[in-house]
Amino acid sequence: MPANPTSLSLERPASLKAALSMLAADPALTPIAGCTDVYVGLQFGTLTERRFIDLWDLKELRGISVDRDVLRIGALTTYTAIIQSTIVQKRLPMLVAASREVGGAQIQNRGTLGGNVANASPAGDTLPVLAAANARIVLRNHKGTRTVAFDSFYTGYRKSVRQPDELIVAIEMPRIDGQQWWRKVGTRRAQAISKIMMAAVRGRDLRIAFGSVAPTVVLAAKAAAVLRGGGSIADAQAALETEIAPIDDVRSTGEYRMKVAANLLAQFWNETR
Amino acid sequence: MARAVGRNVRRKDGDAKVTGAAKYIDDLTFPGMMYGATIRSTIPRGTIAARHVALTDDFVIADHRDIPGPNYVALIDPDQPCLAVDHIRHFAEPILLVAHADKHALIDVHQRVTIETRALTPNYDPETSEACFKRISIDKGQIDFGFQISDFVIDGEYRTGHQEQLYIETNGVIAVPGDGAMTVYGSLQCPYYVHKALVVLLKLPPEKVRVVQTETGGGFGGKEEYPSMLACHAAILARKAKRPVKMIYDRVEDLLATTKRHPSIVRHRTGLKRDGRITAMDVDVIMDGGAYATLSAVVLSRGVIHATGPYRCDHVRIRGRAMMTHTPPNGAFRGFGAPQTQFAIEAHIDRISDRLGIDPVTLREINALRPGDTTATGQKLGKDASALPVLRDAVKRSRFTQKRKKLKGTNRGIGLSLFFHGSGFTGGGEVKLASKASLELTATGAKILVASTEIGQGTRTMHAQIVADALGVPFDAIDVHEADTAFVPDSGPTVASRTCMIVGKLLERCARDMRKRLGKLTPAQYYKKHGSFTVTSQYEPPPGLQWSDDTYAGDAYGSYAWGCNVVELEVDPVTFEVTPINVTAVAEIGQAIHPMMAIGQIEGGTAQGIGYALTEEVVMKDGRMANAQLTNYIIPTPLDAAPMDIGVMARPYQHGPFGAKGVGEMPIDGPAPAVINALRHCGFDVRSIPATPERLMSAFARENSAGRRRRTP
Amino acid sequence: MKLTVNGKTRTVTAHPMKRLLDVLREDCGLTGTKEGCGEGECGACTVLIDGVAVDSCIVPLAHAEGRKVITIEGATATRTGKALQDAFVVHGGAQCGICTPGMILAAARLKPGASEHDIKVALAGNLCRCTGYPAIFRSVKSALKRGRAR
Ligand SMILES: Cc1cc2nc3c(=O)[nH]c(=O)nc-3n(C[C@H](O)[C@H](O)[C@H](O)COP(=O)(O)OP(=O)(O)OC[C@H]3O[C@@H](n4cnc5c(N)ncnc54)[C@H](O)[C@@H]3O)c2cc1C
Ligand code: FES
Ligand code: FES
Repeated sequence: MPANPTSLSLERPASLKAALSMLAADPALTPIAGCTDVYVGLQFGTLTERRFIDLWDLKELRGISVDRDVLRIGALTTYTAIIQSTIVQKRLPMLVAASREVGGAQIQNRGTLGGNVANASPAGDTLPVLAAANARIVLRNHKGTRTVAFDSFYTGYRKSVRQPDELIVAIEMPRIDGQQWWRKVGTRRAQAISKIMMAAVRGRDLRIAFGSVAPTVVLAAKAAAVLRGGGSIADAQAALETEIAPIDDVRSTGEYRMKVAANLLAQFWNETR
Repeated sequence: MARAVGRNVRRKDGDAKVTGAAKYIDDLTFPGMMYGATIRSTIPRGTIAARHVALTDDFVIADHRDIPGPNYVALIDPDQPCLAVDHIRHFAEPILLVAHADKHALIDVHQRVTIETRALTPNYDPETSEACFKRISIDKGQIDFGFQISDFVIDGEYRTGHQEQLYIETNGVIAVPGDGAMTVYGSLQCPYYVHKALVVLLKLPPEKVRVVQTETGGGFGGKEEYPSMLACHAAILARKAKRPVKMIYDRVEDLLATTKRHPSIVRHRTGLKRDGRITAMDVDVIMDGGAYATLSAVVLSRGVIHATGPYRCDHVRIRGRAMMTHTPPNGAFRGFGAPQTQFAIEAHIDRISDRLGIDPVTLREINALRPGDTTATGQKLGKDASALPVLRDAVKRSRFTQKRKKLKGTNRGIGLSLFFHGSGFTGGGEVKLASKASLELTATGAKILVASTEIGQGTRTMHAQIVADALGVPFDAIDVHEADTAFVPDSGPTVASRTCMIVGKLLERCARDMRKRLGKLTPAQYYKKHGSFTVTSQYEPPPGLQWSDDTYAGDAYGSYAWGCNVVELEVDPVTFEVTPINVTAVAEIGQAIHPMMAIGQIEGGTAQGIGYALTEEVVMKDGRMANAQLTNYIIPTPLDAAPMDIGVMARPYQHGPFGAKGVGEMPIDGPAPAVINALRHCGFDVRSIPATPERLMSAFARENSAGRRRRTP
Repeated sequence: MKLTVNGKTRTVTAHPMKRLLDVLREDCGLTGTKEGCGEGECGACTVLIDGVAVDSCIVPLAHAEGRKVITIEGATATRTGKALQDAFVVHGGAQCGICTPGMILAAARLKPGASEHDIKVALAGNLCRCTGYPAIFRSVKSALKRGRAR
């Protein structure tokens, strides 16, 4: 049953600046964007926060642009906007591919990239893409802006370096040299939480990332190192096994995730060059 | 005038549904209405030591002491308490009821009510369970002799899991108290089941209890017996509050607390001649009934009767038992036991086919029941027995034989299943039900009065078509009264594929009687001259139908519908995900009253069957459904929908209305074994469903370690 | 709070965090929008906000403020909406009907030339348990064809 709205409060700042000062004054406020995670939490009673601050109308957090070869996607950008963006289609097709597989149309119309990152679920579909893309998270509070490498953004299960008074304002990605690869293995073709997903870049850079195989997204550096050094797929798969720690849950088994992760690695390597 | 039967007339309920005008239970409110919630057990088995309620007096609180009559949900066995007294037999068992005028006040009531319990050790294994709800034996010929004359004996064990009906509208009712009376509105399939339960529980005379079905957002069996429980709860609260009480389950509660399809274990031992003829079939069927009897006895009954599949065999022994376990009770779900047992026999037949080296089509052709053959219960089949025609048509349409050769050794596979499904209640069931239907003359035509419910399958439309033609008036001249026990006679429950064949036939008789009485006049003319009158007819078994409950022998059903499925699928070698490429479903259902709606039943049932085969898994942990959210119980989405080719054949059943048989349930019997047989064709030996990627991966690993040559991903 | 529902401006006094679904059903008396899960999974609660399909069970009223909301009751007034409604009756796209309002609104933005795959993608967030979907695809296709013929 949904939470009683009268037990909730909502601040509605008119600008980013106003939002940041509200958060500075009261860091216990929880931001809401497209609400596709927040309202599910309110429905199931898993979200205990009661005081919210609305970001949905903050134009400063929208928009996709390229500046000095860096792709910048505003935190409030929806999956639909990403899918439709010719810039993203060209520079980061694996993010477009991942966005197309998020939920269904209604979720894509509301869910945001910033929300996916902030929500910090190990099953967040864009997270391996951002890891493989060497993304940076742009955080801002009332005092200023800082940029955190995606590798060091998460500190544990659903934990990140974001401070309560900070908002994610954008995600930035440098130009990617190489072929991009994405695959989601979900419970079904749409409206599916991932059992496992992998994003990778193969070119001058080799970056391989997995989701749903550990408390946070995993950059498989050892497996990548084996492949970069000309090692065999079998050796890379063996290295991968030491880097991920998938578990059993209601959607799948640790054993399956381990095996399929290894298979995905092989598939990626066979399909790219 | 154009006949209505056989034409795709405009659905009676169509326009209201597409414009949002149709009223479902949650769309209704009554003055002074309160909202009800259920406090449930949080352990699978134990005793109740104490109840502590910390709620203010604006809450209405009820427990078993507020029940005026006997504390059970009247159905078959009086074993299931409406509210637990001192024993808990399953997780989510109802213990206390709470109502409040503000629905939000109910959000955290379960935190303010403490049920002190002492846990006992639960048992989840039906095989070791000591409590049995029902045993059934079927014997035909001499089983030992059947094995003596066989050249081979092949055995196998097959398992199926729970399945959730997953109607998109959750269960819900509103109880409105009156002066020594009770009216319940609700989303339900069987108004008179609910009526009976309320009469017993509230200790009221039947005429003081009224049950009204509101527009119902899907049932599939899930609203056959469960609404009786929910209606009783709402009525207990309404009676105490003296105000209307609405109870609507949210999705999580609906998944946790309501009935599912019975899991099964089926073991086959089959004697065969070298040429493929079956000489003996020995079948053991175990159904997991969950904590209370509900409908397990009749689910088992349909299950065992269909356990030998549509095959002829002179020497048969079937032993079935429905066992108690400490999970929420299992209950009715489209197919009602037959999908489980026909999954087993059809998977078994393909294993026999592999072992004997006889292709699956030929093996089925050799053994399929033909007109004049007898079934396991000794029923002699009439001319409308259609196993061979549906098999041949499906094989041809799907190019099964060519594809079977072509796909060998690839990661695609093709498999088939042959099945049948008895229409109507089993054995003497219809005689005991003695259903009634009425037809009332109106100023413009006639009005149908039946308790059979529209739950999406098209009851109102299909009944009106039958009456229109039998009465000789246009389809639009026929109205259908809502299923309200204050006005309509008990035409029996809307289950068992009986609404067309049995109730439709009653209405046809009503219409013909009415026609006789009208003489040469039109309904309008007669009405103007003499006013209205009502014709009622009551079920009579077709001549010659015989059944014995003691020996479980005789004519189990008036008629059977027949089906054949072919599934072509692909297994992803990287992820073990299965994609159905093409599904062919051929169904022989007698005369289709409304062809489009019949196809809708076949497509919908087939899709549910594919889900049953591949993804629909109820993950039970400590007696509790661990994946009780829509996001984790995996039914197909539009992107998962398999392309289907549907073939409808008609071999009219002489005692059905215009030759119709039942169609609602049969489509779900075939997809699961066809999927499993297709998986076998591409190298996966799985004998239980759902065949999730995780299970396929394990099967793959098993085969590989057994040293069989396999493609590697 | 002001919003336009089916072309009519309404002022509702409800909490900004109230689910749009509940606002429509309780405050506006528009019960055609259905609830199947409350978790964004089934799509039965689909409405359009400024022409965009959303699950109203996971949208706060605040996000509809000052915007144009279309529900199934308002779909009849649009050409595609009406064509879809009729096609769902004629082609068997509605059985029990509980998913139908959401299906129709999710399909409302499809273009006449949409392929079967486009239709599936547009409806991917809508679950139907009765039809198995083929009849829904046929209904949408036929409605879109009629839209083009005009
Ligand atoms: C039916 C359904 C299907 C789904 N399918 C998928 C799927 O396939 N793959 C997937 O990855 N996810 C899926 N999701 C989850 C969800 O849609 C995504 O995580 C989405 O990106 C969240 O974005 P939002 O804007 O809706 O976030 P919200 O729900 O508004 O917020 C989520 C969290 O992020 C915080 N937050 C949001 N924006 C900011 C910001 N700018 N700065 C700081 N904190 C912020 C909020 O405080 C909250 O804690 C699904 C959800 C539903 C309901
Ligand atoms: S009720 Fe909103 S998506 Fe199911
Ligand atoms: S028509 Fe019943 S759920 Fe779609």
